[in-house]
Amino acid sequence: MSPISDPGFLLTILTQAVEREPGFWNWAFHWFSQEIVVAVIGLLLIIAFVTINAIGLIYAELKIAGHIQRRPATMEVGWHGFLQPVMDAAKLLVKEAMTPTAVNRPLFLAAPVIVFLPVLISFIVLPFSEKLIVRDLNLGLLLIFAFSALNVIGILIAGWASNNKYSLLGALRSVSQNIAYEIPILLSAMSVVVMANSLKMSELVAAQDKIWFFIIQPLAAIIFFVATTAETNRLPFDIPEAEGELVAGFHSEYSGMRFALFFLAEYSNMFIVSAVFVTLFLGGWHGPILPGLIWFLLKVYILVFIVIVARWTFPRLRFDQLMTLAWKVLIPLSLANLLVTALVIKLVR
Amino acid sequence: MRSVEPVVHLTVLEDILRIPRASSLMVLTFGLACCAIEMMAAGAAKFDWGRFGVIPRSTPRQSDLMIIAGTISRKMAPTVVTLWEQMAAPKWVIAMGNCAISGGPFAHESQYAILNGADEIVPVDVYVPGCPPRPEGLIQGILAVQDKITGGQKNNVLRRFDRRRGDKRDFVKRIKRID
Repeated sequence: MSPISDPGFLLTILTQAVEREPGFWNWAFHWFSQEIVVAVIGLLLIIAFVTINAIGLIYAELKIAGHIQRRPATMEVGWHGFLQPVMDAAKLLVKEAMTPTAVNRPLFLAAPVIVFLPVLISFIVLPFSEKLIVRDLNLGLLLIFAFSALNVIGILIAGWASNNKYSLLGALRSVSQNIAYEIPILLSAMSVVVMANSLKMSELVAAQDKIWFFIIQPLAAIIFFVATTAETNRLPFDIPEAEGELVAGFHSEYSGMRFALFFLAEYSNMFIVSAVFVTLFLGGWHGPILPGLIWFLLKVYILVFIVIVARWTFPRLRFDQLMTLAWKVLIPLSLANLLVTALVIKLVR
Repeated sequence: MRSVEPVVHLTVLEDILRIPRASSLMVLTFGLACCAIEMMAAGAAKFDWGRFGVIPRSTPRQSDLMIIAGTISRKMAPTVVTLWEQMAAPKWVIAMGNCAISGGPFAHESQYAILNGADEIVPVDVYVPGCPPRPEGLIQGILAVQDKITGGQKNNVLRRFDRRRGDKRDFVKRIKRID
């Protein structure tokens, strides 16, 4: 046993520290009251928000899909069926969570958690308003991109551990798609970061005090929007779950609450991606009269609405078309955009 | 086919949970013959089983209700059984159309290829007769499954649609207005 994991050793060090330092308990109390309380409140708020957001978005998805297809969609539970997502969630909670015999058990159980955890972490740095942000980190934007990349690993693990050919095919497609679309996202975000000269979320928003980056950088904004839609596996790009070809893609073997976790992660990712878009291009919490929080949520949900309508309007791309779009169109364009932006900034300043 | 009874029963909770189970039936999209066309019509505009919270899922792991829509040939029967066994625990089956009920027009003495009804291989909850049944018939069958889950129509407090009398809110008018 190494000394650091030995409880007796740790206790000795702690008692020594307490004896030597009379202000230890004072310090410990302050640390506890500030760090832990902020962390716990932040976590509770985030979990509550993730759940309510997912429930609202599922209802929106059902209803918008219905009205695009000229049918009323969910009508029976509650007023215009607004309890439907609650019913779905309650049913999935008490449904049997199967573990098929042929799966790789530890990986199979870990995959939904690995997909869901980055969602919670990304919420830490989202600037809902000037004050309402759990931690305004110096590398906030980088943190979101780093953890949203972790999502792919969860999907790959899910597909691999399921021991099912459709799951594996879906996971492989998802990985190649995410690798392809990660690059234009980062390049188009970089051209905004170069202009704002910061990776801090609050400074990115503050830089758009007078004019939104959407107006200065329309190309980067469009590339970012398309690529993030692909990153969240939404329908024009939902090749990993293509129902006609791959049963349900990487989550074919998941039932009950584990499947619900994948679903929750998908809808939360939709929100996160739109929130990052609003922060980078649409001026975050800036807006006249109304408070910042309302402006932020308004902008985010308008974007989410566009994403949902796009899902029920456009047909699915073929896989080679998807790859062509990423490698031959989006990446060269975003690279050129970044170079031109850097050149102009160098000349102007 | 034998279901194992749970060791502990949470009576009140289980009664409450019947309502979500009934109002969010996820259907395994699984068409065997011409009845499947009527099943698709039931999911599309005009009929729209989405009103009752029915969502088609393509994987058996995530579905609650299996609609056997059409003729079951002896070659297809093992697949049907496999799919039924792959479904997660609280699960129900509708046999749609005469072929899935009793073999329909294929049931005669020299028949060797077609199964005489779905209940030879899986436990069927609700039979929807017709050749093929109309989409309204299938939707009534789904409502019957919901009533079976909640133990009678009066227990399903959230659903306002009457299985026999139809909608009190006069849906027909609304559908006509949309068209």
